[in-house]
Amino acid sequence: MSVSEHPLRKYTRRHITRTTTCPGCGIGTVSQAILRAIDELGLDMDDFVFVSGIGCSAWIPSPFYAADTLHTTHGRPIAFATGVKLGLPDKNVMVVSGDGDLTAIGGNHLIHAARRNVDLTVVLVNNGIYGMTGGQTAPTTPRGLTTITSPYGTMEHHFDIAPMVAAAGASFVARWTTYHPRQMTRSIKKGIQKKGFALIEAVSQCPVQYGKASKLGSAVRILEYFKENSVRIDKARAMEAEALAGKIIVGEWVDIAKAELTQEWTELRRKLREESECHKLI
Amino acid sequence: MQDKRNRVLTGTHFEMGNWACTEGAIAAGCTFAAGYPITPASEVANHLAARLPRVGGTFLQSEDEISAVCAAIGASWAGCKAMTVTSGPGISLMQENIGFAVATETPLVIVDVQRLGPSTGVPSVGLAGDIVQVARGSHGDYQIIALCPESPQEMFDLTVQAFNLAETYRVPVFLMADGFIGHMREQIVIPPEGELAIKQRKIPAGSTSPLERRDFQDVDVAPMPVFGRGLQAHVTSSCHDEHGMRNLSDPAVMHQYVMRPIEKIRKHRDEFVQVQADHPEAKTALVSYGTVSRSARAAARLARRQGLDVGTLRLLTCWPFPDKEIRRLAAKVDNLLVVENNTGQLYPYIKAEAAHACRVAFLGPQTLGQIHDPEFILSHIKEMIA
Repeated sequence: MSVSEHPLRKYTRRHITRTTTCPGCGIGTVSQAILRAIDELGLDMDDFVFVSGIGCSAWIPSPFYAADTLHTTHGRPIAFATGVKLGLPDKNVMVVSGDGDLTAIGGNHLIHAARRNVDLTVVLVNNGIYGMTGGQTAPTTPRGLTTITSPYGTMEHHFDIAPMVAAAGASFVARWTTYHPRQMTRSIKKGIQKKGFALIEAVSQCPVQYGKASKLGSAVRILEYFKENSVRIDKARAMEAEALAGKIIVGEWVDIAKAELTQEWTELRRKLREESECHKLI
Repeated sequence: MQDKRNRVLTGTHFEMGNWACTEGAIAAGCTFAAGYPITPASEVANHLAARLPRVGGTFLQSEDEISAVCAAIGASWAGCKAMTVTSGPGISLMQENIGFAVATETPLVIVDVQRLGPSTGVPSVGLAGDIVQVARGSHGDYQIIALCPESPQEMFDLTVQAFNLAETYRVPVFLMADGFIGHMREQIVIPPEGELAIKQRKIPAGSTSPLERRDFQDVDVAPMPVFGRGLQAHVTSSCHDEHGMRNLSDPAVMHQYVMRPIEKIRKHRDEFVQVQADHPEAKTALVSYGTVSRSARAAARLARRQGLDVGTLRLLTCWPFPDKEIRRLAAKVDNLLVVENNTGQLYPYIKAEAAHACRVAFLGPQTLGQIHDPEFILSHIKEMIA
């Protein structure tokens, strides 16, 4: 019997043979988009350090990816990754974590990393709920949804992550759903190549928790929902707010070149070194 | 005057303790520091921001102290000698991730220029209120190393030592300064670069799979698989085996995960635990650490001038707790007076080791917020002896 291996298997640790995700989870799609982006760019896993936090999607790189992986505390992967990147400016440092991790407990680090424009690629998996802990309301849960911690329906408004991070100063911001794996892969490639802070918001299905709360049920139903309700950003710009209610705007918000923190540091050190050498000559 | 572009500013200086701490860090080879402004520690961060880029390093002013300690841990895994500096409120914020550094055996120096608490307290007044929180403040069981300088000179010397210990044992090391010595100006002698013994962490060579290595939980300190060298390190603070691979089901692994990093420090404690005694034959001893040791020594001197038989023991290392050293002292003396600039944080630990052998009493400052007056200590020595 011949055994064919998944073309992306070469990027995962050989001894890891099982995932931790529930059937129908969108994490597999996001993980493939990340690995396909690396594959298509012709990069080596040794060129990367992956940093993740706490929650289902933080398990995308750890323990699976055959690379340096740092699995951190809840909310803090961007803070850890900032230190890793400043210490290893030549490596691609990628953060993979969820909406609860990166916008609730870790929200401050997200906007400050965007403001600093430190060269990180952040893949933020947004499933609109706390999955691992049993379906609690997240800052991304749509208003009115009934969850285990908002049994009478959420009364709060949700974060619109991509434009928020764009406003905070990121160099590259995109949002796609797991219904758009090819577009997501393209944006992740751009994010990796971008010298600056890049955010790819991956709206993803959690059939177990979100599926239950929203009564959408299965992964297929949620993916159909993504398909029917996604509006490309260029179209959305011409639409009225009312028509956009409940829609998922997808596409690229920002793709700009601006001064990046690790390059600025390298430049500063070079300048000071030259100054010092001049000084010694005098 | 030395060229400020040099790594080691060899010479004699008249500067603040916080300046000396920065220069100790740079001399020890620190290349990454992150911090958030806080009194009375700010001068360390301010000076690091000016000095680090000149010696090839990086300073990050973080959005909060949580971010500062996380970035320093990240930089340590990137291969930098890393530190953060703060005061009590910042330590409180850092606690969860201090546990992360312990669990992942990350070399890290944390400078705590202590101030009067609880809460926002008094920013500019030194009080050794964080002694227990740095050892026990993060959740779970663990062991760190903490050093207590008593002078600006020791802010230099013990900062160098803190980096050496962090690199040697892969553990967070605390420098427990306070607002008094942080802001005090005294003579600081920085030796020539060649006379400073500087330690570097061990890094594994070869294998690209953590399964073929032992990256964690070696009581003799595992080489650290730092990032960026193709070692495919797997680093998690969740319960893991010696390869770093997560294991949340095997009690034997859970036991090792908690115990080995503790045993690592316990096994090697004799190599670095330091106490300093004068007049070891005296029948009454003052035990102290940090800034207040200066008052304790002055009080013992006054007492001896009045014909009283009094010596001192100073703890330069407060964690791991110098239990053996206290037991040895207790066996020789009749009276042991614990002099701390707080309400008695190490007193219960000292009493537990000494009370079976001698009389033990505690003396806090006459007024919290003031350092002990030597005359005040002397009157209590007399009371205890009588």
